[in-house]
Amino acid sequence: MADMTSAAADTDRGLIQAVTTVAADTARQPGPTVTYREAVAEGLARELRRDPSVVCLGEDIGKAGGVFKTTQGLFEEFGPTRIWDTPISEQAILGLAMGAAMTGMRPVAEIMFSDFFAVCWDYLANEMPKMRYMTGGQVTIPLVVRTANGGGLGFGAQHSQATENWTLAIPGLKIAAPSNPADVIGMMASAIRSDDPVVFFEHKGLFASKGPTAPDGHFVPLGEAAVARSGTDITVVSLAATVPMALVAAEVLAQEGASVEVIDLRCLIPLDMAAVLASLARTSRLLIVEENPYQGGWGGTVASIAADEGFELLDAPIRRVAAASVPLPFADALERQVIPTVDSVTAAIRALLAY
Amino acid sequence: MTASTDTSISADQLLALYEQMAVIRRTEKAAHDLFLAGLVKGTTHLAAGHEAVAVGASAALRPGDYVFATYRGHHHAIARGATVEECLAELMSKATGVCKAKGGSMHLTKASAGMLGSYAIVGAHLPLAAGAAWSAKLRGSDQVAVAFFGDGATNIGAFHEALNIAAVWSLPVLFICENNLYMEYTPIGSVTAVANPAADRAPAYCIPAEVIDGNDVVVVADAVSRAAARARAGIGPTLIEARTYRHFGHSRTDPATYRPPEEVAEWLGRDPLDIAMGRLAELGVPVERAIEADDRAAQVVEAAVAAARAAPGADPADALTDVWADGGSQWRT
Repeated sequence: MADMTSAAADTDRGLIQAVTTVAADTARQPGPTVTYREAVAEGLARELRRDPSVVCLGEDIGKAGGVFKTTQGLFEEFGPTRIWDTPISEQAILGLAMGAAMTGMRPVAEIMFSDFFAVCWDYLANEMPKMRYMTGGQVTIPLVVRTANGGGLGFGAQHSQATENWTLAIPGLKIAAPSNPADVIGMMASAIRSDDPVVFFEHKGLFASKGPTAPDGHFVPLGEAAVARSGTDITVVSLAATVPMALVAAEVLAQEGASVEVIDLRCLIPLDMAAVLASLARTSRLLIVEENPYQGGWGGTVASIAADEGFELLDAPIRRVAAASVPLPFADALERQVIPTVDSVTAAIRALLAY
Repeated sequence: MTASTDTSISADQLLALYEQMAVIRRTEKAAHDLFLAGLVKGTTHLAAGHEAVAVGASAALRPGDYVFATYRGHHHAIARGATVEECLAELMSKATGVCKAKGGSMHLTKASAGMLGSYAIVGAHLPLAAGAAWSAKLRGSDQVAVAFFGDGATNIGAFHEALNIAAVWSLPVLFICENNLYMEYTPIGSVTAVANPAADRAPAYCIPAEVIDGNDVVVVADAVSRAAARARAGIGPTLIEARTYRHFGHSRTDPATYRPPEEVAEWLGRDPLDIAMGRLAELGVPVERAIEADDRAAQVVEAAVAAARAAPGADPADALTDVWADGGSQWRT
């Protein structure tokens, strides 16, 4: 992390507090709201209704409604020919999805925790991203791999990792990681309609968060970042759970007179660097907030492009607030030391503004 | 092993299968020679000796069925309809290669013929074949999917995951093991707890299995016909363990000295081409007709080698195409 000392403070605010704060803001907005977890099921249901070739498979996604209740109601509405419960066989889940995608279906596979990518990594690393290329474009693989990602809930080292950087290391996968319910629905539509394999990261820490629901037909194209909050003094690039974290930090700093722009990348591939560089042109300062370990995290790619193509725009060094390069610990007091928090983000912004 | 007692294959059909096997045998010999001549780079895993498995299975399948093969897959690509020329051009890094020279020997694919790829990660394609079978079931088609794999694949997790789910979901998939007795350089029996590495595992998944003579094209065609019929009838998957033998080493220039000479001699005495020739004689086909078929095969392969040699090399611009469905490789704005 950029600033370990402030993260150690007893008053530190973690991810849950950030989500709660943003949710409280949302609750004051007019119109119907929906939780992030309900949005997952809603996004899937809209595509299942629209396209009979969409089919879902995964562990406990049917009658049980998913271990995170993100597929609640789908089995009841669509039945066993559309919603398939699988054994604990991650290789079979992704292999079946890919074989079906190559032959006319649009499967949506769930890997319960993104940590489990490690047991079916062959499909994510060697099969899905490469078959189109290796065959000279002979096959198309329109599938989505959904997964619950990220920390902050005390699940320990094998159920808490943010693994989006694992997939970023492999050319040939599209990578989506929505930060709010409307984006979940709009990006689920674009992911399922994509003719390329898409890894869709649903953040565990956001499942309970609320936001405005999405209108019918809502569609968020993959690779379009959003300006989550406009500002003029510094650009904070964020993704998934670090978006609400950055928004709370921006609000704190607004009270100190700082104008913070928060970019929600939404996707890592395609990576909307045009949006990042355009923001940097307005602010001249860049902070990247990610849940990946500093070692190999996605922020390194964003920073390298910004340094290469945005050097003339910068008035300060590019900084990253990332997870510490250690396994995720169990206890809250320890986890707060490792993953970014509102306080560590706030401190890093202050430091950059003072540079 | 199950012997063939009743075959529906006519003399003319068998002659055609013999000719296909002769084409594959000569293609593999050509690939070997081109590799030694430095015209094929990287690696090859030749299937000379395995011809009857690919040709017999293909004869029993329909054009719309799906086939998934391994890095030792030249015979399957050709048996399913890829031309010798486009396969050799692929090996020789030519623009006319069946995969535009982006795949190479280990990834021959002819999707338009239902040959959905050759996979170089052992066992990876068994779940894919199960997925294609699941897709056929979901779409209500009567297609079947086939995964061909080596004996070595029976000890990797994906094999077991695929068999289990194929049985539980009654998928129209055929698992066909080409047991050539060696996983790369190691005798399969020395690293496997059961005698028949594929077939002896199938009962654990309630999948019917049989061990067959994989060097007899008629036996293979019959077994695959029965299994495909079961699959199309909705009964579920079948496993076939076809015993066969490599005529070359594992890959590249491997001399395969780890195989006892008497074992090699025994298997070379059971050459799938000779066995088919014997069956042709039993059916009253004059030997001259088999010789004519072999001559035609020689001409096909000779012409293919010449055409592949003359073809232009891979187009450098193709390095940055075909990542995404839009044809390009753009990953950022």
